[in-house]
Amino acid sequence: MFGAILYTELFKIFRRPRTYISFGAIAVIVLLVQFALRVNGTEFIRFFTDSQADTFEIPESQILNGYFVCVAILHLILIHVPLLVALIAGDMIAGEAQTGTLRMLAAQPASRTTLLLAKFSASTIYVILLLLWMALFALGGSLLLFGQEDLVVFRETDLHIISQQDVLWRFIAAFIYAALALTMIAALALLLSVFAENALGPIVATVCIVIVFTILQQLKVPVFEQTINPWSFTTHMLGWKGFFYVEKTSEGVTINGSVENPMALVRSGAILIGYTFLFVLVAERVYRKKDILC
Amino acid sequence: MLRLFWICVLLLGSGWKVNAAIDPATLLAGVKKKYDLVRDYTASAQLKTNVLFIKAPLSQVTVYYKRPDQLKIKNQKGISFVPKGTVNINLNNVLGLRNFEAIAAGTYQVDGVTCEIIKIFPLNDEEDITRATLYVDPTRLLVLKSIISTRESGTYQIAMQYGAYASWGLPDRVLVEFNTREFKLPKGTTLDYDNGSSKVDAPKGPQKGKVEILYRTYTINQGVADAIFR
Repeated sequence: MFGAILYTELFKIFRRPRTYISFGAIAVIVLLVQFALRVNGTEFIRFFTDSQADTFEIPESQILNGYFVCVAILHLILIHVPLLVALIAGDMIAGEAQTGTLRMLAAQPASRTTLLLAKFSASTIYVILLLLWMALFALGGSLLLFGQEDLVVFRETDLHIISQQDVLWRFIAAFIYAALALTMIAALALLLSVFAENALGPIVATVCIVIVFTILQQLKVPVFEQTINPWSFTTHMLGWKGFFYVEKTSEGVTINGSVENPMALVRSGAILIGYTFLFVLVAERVYRKKDILC
Repeated sequence: MLRLFWICVLLLGSGWKVNAAIDPATLLAGVKKKYDLVRDYTASAQLKTNVLFIKAPLSQVTVYYKRPDQLKIKNQKGISFVPKGTVNINLNNVLGLRNFEAIAAGTYQVDGVTCEIIKIFPLNDEEDITRATLYVDPTRLLVLKSIISTRESGTYQIAMQYGAYASWGLPDRVLVEFNTREFKLPKGTTLDYDNGSSKVDAPKGPQKGKVEILYRTYTINQGVADAIFR
């Protein structure tokens, strides 16, 4: 029964033209960033390396490679993808309520829990497909256009050079982590969707929540840094970047296959999974008792 | 009789001093003659960068040199940030100076070898090198250590160890120490993931960086195309 409902939900998602807006938007953004970096990539890199230009020979043409471009794209896009996820997941229950099909849906010989879990699973599959699409364009396309080289990752106070042989697994891990983070957003949107009678509300509410927590995180003021931010999901959603922070020996040489402070990543992943479970659990409890007759 | 004895002691003493004082110009000419044996070389080497704000893998590099002052370090594979001052591992930058003042400044032990300290001050204002101190092994006529201050890229301390190619004046190992500027990007530009380690490692103020070059093989005087240095 679960499989049949899941199939129906996926059919509904991919029948809607707006689903493809997300895929189209991602393709357009990726292509625009690739075009921009193809034309003005050197200037882009100089922004990061300017302070060291007097001391070091900066191998700009080598830094501008497919892996670097892909990280730049993910950095630009992944912050905004929650909006695209909310567009689908926020519509899951509220959309049915708006179109009046929620009662018909509940009349099926399946429990409301099964129904909600199928909707959540369909949202998760949508998230995964969206990320696969992004990987195809951002990673595959950038490697085709810019070629392979070592990856240079710039942070606020340091930079990491990762051997190209040690990069691919990091991208796979980062995409899996991003799927985890966006699935949590899908769970949040689904939870808000359970409370609403029209689809717009939960979509906007999800986006607003993400924006508020992102701003609190970017403010970097102690009052939020010590209270909200350690538990804010937007803090942990950035964990995908952690796979590109590499450990070094006492002599400054990077250790292949290493990740700087991996326990922080485990903690962040656990917090995201925890939020996902919590949101789905609350959504299931609320939906099970939801009065769908009025 | 006693007076005569003291006069002899004084004369001998001053004579000894005259013999012990090294003529820096002669010593430098001897060193330059040795270094001039090399017209060009291509060397295969390993480069290790140790800078607080850079995490980099070991690089396999090729070092190209052509007399008088062309030097290029190219990665065989991968990316490395090579300090601009590494061009000063080519001692011809100092030994090739035409208009300079050289002063002997005593002796100093480098790796157990007593070296003559020669301080060099270029007299031409247009030279990039503003001052250089060479620690010269007078027996082998090799520079074991140099401290070079440049107009453009700060001060570099270069330590050299010699082995199989000592007769050419080419080192097996070079350690370059240099000043680095703080690396700090504007807040919010990189939206870093806070994994708890960045706060511990955050560099504050100017730091010393090191680059170690371990030479494996040299191909000497076989010609190097000018295009490589462009």
